Amino acid sequence: MTATTINSVHDLSQPQLQATFYDLNEHDHPEGGSTMLGFWIYLMSDCLIFAMLFAAYGVLGGSFAAGPGPKDLFELPLVALNTAMLLFSSITYGFAMLAMEKGGKGAVQLWLLVTAVFGIAFLSIEMYEFYHLIHEGATPMRSGFLTAFFSLVGTHGLHVTFGLVWLFTLVVQVGTKGLIPANKRRLMCLSLFWHFLDVVWIGVFTFVYLMGML
Amino acid sequence: MAIEAVDHSHWSPLLGRLWLDALPQEPIVLATFVVVALGGVALVAALTYFKLWGYLWKEWFTSVDHKKIGIMYMVLGLIMFLRGFADAIMMRIQQSIAFNGNEGYLNAHHYDQIFTAHGVIMIFFVAMPFVTGLMNYIVPLQIGARDVSFPFLNNFSFWMTTAGAVLVMMSLFIGEFAQTGWLAYPPLSNLAYSPWVGVDYYIWALQIAGVGTLLSGVNLICTIVKMRAPGMTMMRMPIFTWTSLCTNILIVAAFPVLTAVMTMLSVDRYLGFNFFSNDFGGSPMMYVNLIWIWGHPEVYILILPLFGVFSEVTATFCGKRLFGYSSMVYATLVITILSYLVWLHHFFTMGSGASVNSFFGITTMVISIPTGAKLFNWLFTMYRARIRYELPMMWTVAFMLTFTIGGMTGVMLAIPPADFVLHNSLFLIAHFHNVIIGGVLFGIFAAINYWWPKAFGFKLNQFWGKVSFWLWVPGFWVAFTPLYILGFMGVTRRMRVFDDPSIQIYFVIAAFGAVMIAGGIGAMLVQFAVSIWKREELKDESGDPWQGRTLEWATSSPPPEYNFAFTPIVHDIDAWDDMKRCGVERPVTGFRPIHMPKSTGTGLILAGLSTALGFAMIWYIWWLAAASFVGIIGYAIFHTFNYKRDYHIPVETVEATEAARTRQLAAAGA
Repeated sequence: MTATTINSVHDLSQPQLQATFYDLNEHDHPEGGSTMLGFWIYLMSDCLIFAMLFAAYGVLGGSFAAGPGPKDLFELPLVALNTAMLLFSSITYGFAMLAMEKGGKGAVQLWLLVTAVFGIAFLSIEMYEFYHLIHEGATPMRSGFLTAFFSLVGTHGLHVTFGLVWLFTLVVQVGTKGLIPANKRRLMCLSLFWHFLDVVWIGVFTFVYLMGML
Repeated sequence: MAIEAVDHSHWSPLLGRLWLDALPQEPIVLATFVVVALGGVALVAALTYFKLWGYLWKEWFTSVDHKKIGIMYMVLGLIMFLRGFADAIMMRIQQSIAFNGNEGYLNAHHYDQIFTAHGVIMIFFVAMPFVTGLMNYIVPLQIGARDVSFPFLNNFSFWMTTAGAVLVMMSLFIGEFAQTGWLAYPPLSNLAYSPWVGVDYYIWALQIAGVGTLLSGVNLICTIVKMRAPGMTMMRMPIFTWTSLCTNILIVAAFPVLTAVMTMLSVDRYLGFNFFSNDFGGSPMMYVNLIWIWGHPEVYILILPLFGVFSEVTATFCGKRLFGYSSMVYATLVITILSYLVWLHHFFTMGSGASVNSFFGITTMVISIPTGAKLFNWLFTMYRARIRYELPMMWTVAFMLTFTIGGMTGVMLAIPPADFVLHNSLFLIAHFHNVIIGGVLFGIFAAINYWWPKAFGFKLNQFWGKVSFWLWVPGFWVAFTPLYILGFMGVTRRMRVFDDPSIQIYFVIAAFGAVMIAGGIGAMLVQFAVSIWKREELKDESGDPWQGRTLEWATSSPPPEYNFAFTPIVHDIDAWDDMKRCGVERPVTGFRPIHMPKSTGTGLILAGLSTALGFAMIWYIWWLAAASFVGIIGYAIFHTFNYKRDYHIPVETVEATEAARTRQLAAAGA
């Protein structure tokens, strides 16, 4: 490698050498070239937080401390409804992205708001479930199992809440600035985030609720 | 010296549990507080008198320039290093006198805070800022980039790390710090056994600084993956950039674990959850497992960048290409992966059984293979080379000798039956100081001596550098060899007083070593001062004072804001050496305007609000916590409405800067 480099540059004039070793006609790099990669890496780190919470649930999931267990507490029809809300919100977010590709600013805002409605429905049902559990005395302080359950599901819920704040911010920003590249990037990031939360919920639904009822 | 139990149950809506009893009560702390307060007032007065606030705000605090942020990280690391060392020498003095019924000069409450703070500060607020600062400064230059991928995020990360450090420093004077040891194992760190603010300071300092660390990890990965100069394939990256990449991968894949564990501990303490409680089905051992799943990668986060430094230094001062470049890369990658498979060796005594312990013992020993490969690569680079023993190379040789022994005692601890004897003893303390001081700290000193001329345009004074070296290296061995011996005798760590007078002599010797190290630190500060004083004599005009091999030496010292007027094109490993051998001259015409990110105060403001949030949570000041949380969210959203974050350096400025550089090079006769 070294030898060929030296041989090939041996006969070059200084301008040619400079053109070989320096990018003399460089143009501005478009902003945000690393954003999607960066956000994806961030999401994977977030995924690790959920992995820890799943691990904690795995360890403590059977520690009822003579309190109630999953079979005493979970109501699958309610969870099924809740899951449907979140899955619908993922689909409608997908429609928002399709609208973005077509350049329909109003349609993007509309689909985002529809997504928000499903998101809020999801959170409302979750809060109803939590309220119900706490009312029955199944508080997070009651046992290791309930601590791990509330923390895992609650962390997911907090993420959805944060996603909603972000979503409303984007509705405003798309409204004021339109579908400029910066906003499209942000919509893409939120899209990744939103679908990611869906995937995590599938894990929660399967490992916590379904397997808990087995 | 027995401290009376203070009732801290006071709570008011306005100040939470913050009350007069939070102010320093002990004479030692009170005196420190007075000195620090006076020093702080003097500093603020001086900055105001010399009208430096505007300059600092504009040129440094709000800067998104990776070089300035890198330097700020190094300054943070240095300040916290002095604090961490003050803790260390206080412990050494206490242990050397607390014999024969003498209680020493530190009561238990104070002593326990000191050993906790020492560990926390040295790892999170010394070693981490130092390595992050180095990576920030050097990596973009080495890959021929003009900044990092996310310059604003970089500034924000720095200030979040600083916010964590500020909280730790606050705990010295307002309230207390944790008395749990640096990893705050429950049940001791649970509310029942640590009822006041110490552990909360610990939690919030680490949480806030952790945000900064994680984001800086994401940032540097993207920078290295996306922003390399044309032609710089992965296998042409400088080794320091390679080790930085692996370190940042480790950061991103490990720090979320710490965040999660700290959050679990928080909800246990604040809300009465049962993750780690003794009753109601919690599991304290889960904490120990989880925190070491972060903790072991953490030690490689610290050491890998320094392995990169030693590689650069060895190649440069031996004047030849590093021996075994590819094997160095693969060794780094293997260490990166293996670092996730060894965490249980930190608690073989947990009782997981012979099979599990064997697995983790073996994986631990396996790590020494790629590490050994690295050592041989450095040795073979030195073999028959014309070695120039400048200060960075001296630190590198000191590292090789010291770290190898530290590595060997590590392999001893990796044998579970041996660990059952040595666990929690001073042998362990000697081992990890052996690798962290001998590896991380010596590496940082090598790096500071190596890259200082790049950052400031003048070399460091050699005489005081050598004084520091010859106090530090023998001082280290005088301080820690006795601990190895004591560990074999069964002396456990974190002891405040001793019964057996026959072991006092070892602690006296160790204290003497600590004094030598203090001299080494002092000599280093003198070295900095003398070098700044005599900077004209030590000036380096060439930008390449050591006959460097990588791209950071291709630009001026200090580099212009945009690093490179023209992005270099890479054809080989050691790109700058390749360019020099091919005789390429620096282009002096045809400049273009350069696209750069704008400064912003958002990072500092968000970190300030985070400090307020942390403080409020620590002291149960709920209104302030709510207000600062809303403030953080609100300000972050406000920041996203700013779409104009870049500007162009006009071509005239670039031309003027480069013309000055041409004159400088001509004057230097290069």
